[in-house]
Amino acid sequence: MVAILEAKNIVKVYPNGVVANKGVSISVEENTIHALVGENGSGKTTLMKVIFGIEKPQDGEVFFQGRKVQVKNPHDAIALGIGMVHQHFMLAPDLTVAENLVLGQEPLKNKFVLDTKKAQEITQEISEKYKLPVPPNKKIKDLPLGIKQRVEILKVLLRNAKLLILDEPTSVLTPQETEVLFQTLRELKKYGKTIIFISHKLKEIKEISDKVTVMRDGRIIDTRDANELSEHDISFLMVGRDISYERVSASEAIGEPLLKVNNISFTNEENSPVLKNISFEIKAGEIVGLAGIEGNGQNELVEILTGLRKADKGELFLKQENINNLSPRKLREKKICYIPADRMKNGVAEKTTLEENFIVDRYCQPPFSRGFRLNWKYIEKYSKELIRKFQILAHSSKATVDSLSGGNIQKVVVARELSADPKIIVADQPTRGIDVGSEELVHNLLIDARDKGSAVFLISANLDEIIKLSSKIMVIYQGEIVARFDKIDGIRDVDLGHYMLGLKRGEV
Amino acid sequence: MGPLLDSILSPAFGFAILRIMTPILFPTIGVAISSLAGSINIAMEGTMLMSAFTGVIVSYFTKNIYLALLAGILVGVTMGFVLGYFHLKLKADIILSAIALNMFASGFTIFMLFLIAKDKGTSISLRSLVFPDIHLPLIKEIPIIGEILSGHNLLTYVAILSIIFMYFLIYKTRLGLRIRAVGQNPDAAESVGIDVKRIKLYSLLISGFFGALGGLYLSMGYVSWFGRDMTAGRGFIAVAASNLGGHLPLGVFISSLFFGLINAISIYLAPLRLPSEFTHLIPYVTTIIALTFYSIRMTRKKKAYKGKI
Repeated sequence: MVAILEAKNIVKVYPNGVVANKGVSISVEENTIHALVGENGSGKTTLMKVIFGIEKPQDGEVFFQGRKVQVKNPHDAIALGIGMVHQHFMLAPDLTVAENLVLGQEPLKNKFVLDTKKAQEITQEISEKYKLPVPPNKKIKDLPLGIKQRVEILKVLLRNAKLLILDEPTSVLTPQETEVLFQTLRELKKYGKTIIFISHKLKEIKEISDKVTVMRDGRIIDTRDANELSEHDISFLMVGRDISYERVSASEAIGEPLLKVNNISFTNEENSPVLKNISFEIKAGEIVGLAGIEGNGQNELVEILTGLRKADKGELFLKQENINNLSPRKLREKKICYIPADRMKNGVAEKTTLEENFIVDRYCQPPFSRGFRLNWKYIEKYSKELIRKFQILAHSSKATVDSLSGGNIQKVVVARELSADPKIIVADQPTRGIDVGSEELVHNLLIDARDKGSAVFLISANLDEIIKLSSKIMVIYQGEIVARFDKIDGIRDVDLGHYMLGLKRGEV
Repeated sequence: MGPLLDSILSPAFGFAILRIMTPILFPTIGVAISSLAGSINIAMEGTMLMSAFTGVIVSYFTKNIYLALLAGILVGVTMGFVLGYFHLKLKADIILSAIALNMFASGFTIFMLFLIAKDKGTSISLRSLVFPDIHLPLIKEIPIIGEILSGHNLLTYVAILSIIFMYFLIYKTRLGLRIRAVGQNPDAAESVGIDVKRIKLYSLLISGFFGALGGLYLSMGYVSWFGRDMTAGRGFIAVAASNLGGHLPLGVFISSLFFGLINAISIYLAPLRLPSEFTHLIPYVTTIIALTFYSIRMTRKKKAYKGKI
């Protein structure tokens, strides 16, 4: 087979000294789906940015269709026939689908006036050609994520891309939408397109790709045919060691109930009931998993538990103590900790240092401060200890959080929360968007906390995670707990799936 | 209250609204177009002052209204360019740059006025020109409506036509589409090869153009002289009006009309025995109230939207 794209010896050093690509060479064969996998911070996105002209490498050569090319900016890449579908959509929300598609190469009636009709025709044409239906006159902001992504793909196809780079395209999609995307990719392959697919979800890689290239620590570890590799092999190559996907052993010492939730109800600003009579309890030494498709009331429930929102009805108890409507600060003083789903928004202050992020919830207590003064010497020592214990990859405790990779930022959050000696841990999507290595560490830390007698409430859309960690599982659907499983042995994700989709109701 | 009601219900009041709206509508269109591109031009106050001053001086020296118009527009567009240069090329904060330009314009026009007219207050001693009033044929014959719509200054009609121009520009032209795309998601625009800075610069030049027309109207139509700081906050009211109108043509027109109405009321209240400090306050207090309501509504909307997710 002919290689459509070849990169040789790419070296990329960022201005802050991070070496993201250490002499990377990759060859992508024409008309294949080529998966590029690796942990967060392994350099895969950087490599693609170099190929697409967003980043300039210090060294190395790129060949496209056999010719050496100089890609200075995305415009050059597009002209060559390379298209990229970014993780964050490059769409203008208030413009229509057609307007977004033709943006930059608008059809004109005379020199200045837009030919709106032509724009719609172009949209229809490309959408029919690749069997990707989109509504041409709808505004982007009114469309679901899966369709937005389809518009992005059409945008790339309209610019005659032969090679499509998709940067973690499934991270924003539901399983159903992912399935549709995969059909699309297979269809595109039939049209002779080549696809580079960046991901760290092993199942998907196995399902969709022909070839797999694994990156670790800025280097290419191996490139192989996908059918030669098992999921286990891929994860071994990615991390460099074995990762366990087995269910963890159940907790031995289950104690008294720590968290009690009584008949919580909540109605949102639009008058639709988001939570309906939620009741459960979590005992010391237990992990209770809440499974459900996102948007079924999990966010509101978590916000109520952590004091960010008030419930309309119902009570919360920490042991015997009523903790209704306490402020987040008061709740934290009572040792209720929170690992938020959106770490960049609610978990860290990204422009400040690791040290400052570690102490935000405890700066006012000794020994972190004495009177009005912060004890920076102690804070530094304490931070270094946390960095070591939680295996955070950072060159200094005074580094800013935004210089870390996603997985390491999550470790910063987890380190702060779990080092507070928590009684109750609310872990909302604690491993979303982080690599398998960091995921395993976070899982182990949660299990350690459980074994030390914390009550853990785990909210996740990832069923493997729920099944792996939980001592009990609840399923939420449209604001109601529709199923409870007190015995986990032998439960499969498809069993939970029926309840999550509202097809079945259990005894609750 | 009787005489006040009579005068408000007279066609002259309707005429006054349009007259007073004109120097607000022009800068509001300017602010709106720059806002759509994502780089709001709050240097309208300074831009209007500079153009108002330039128009008076050029017409005084040349006695040529076309040259005065051209020079005023040139100065306004230059103000937009300077703001663009600070913001886009030197990467200065656009708000701070605009404040600097506003202060510069205020000081510079007073200084030049003193040099030329030997007066730090007004240019009344200079015989400058004004734009002509236009009597609309046919329409002026219609009772009431004719009295309201006909006989305005040329620039008042230009202002109303500018709304149509703005609609055409942002919805029907390539530049308009690109302006909106750049304002909503600059990365998206850049990723398809659009030069984001260039589009933002164009939008600032256009906003300077409309600021210039607003200034020219003030000193060569609304009154026939230049006075120090004669814009009296209209450039900032335009920022409020543009926001209230959602930066869109119809909204911009309605909110400008609203501010014209409020200003007209404050003027019509003057003959009553109210303290003039109070009547002068009305437009500014209204601006604050309107913005408060606007913000509350937007917050509600956002909350409702958040609830959906």
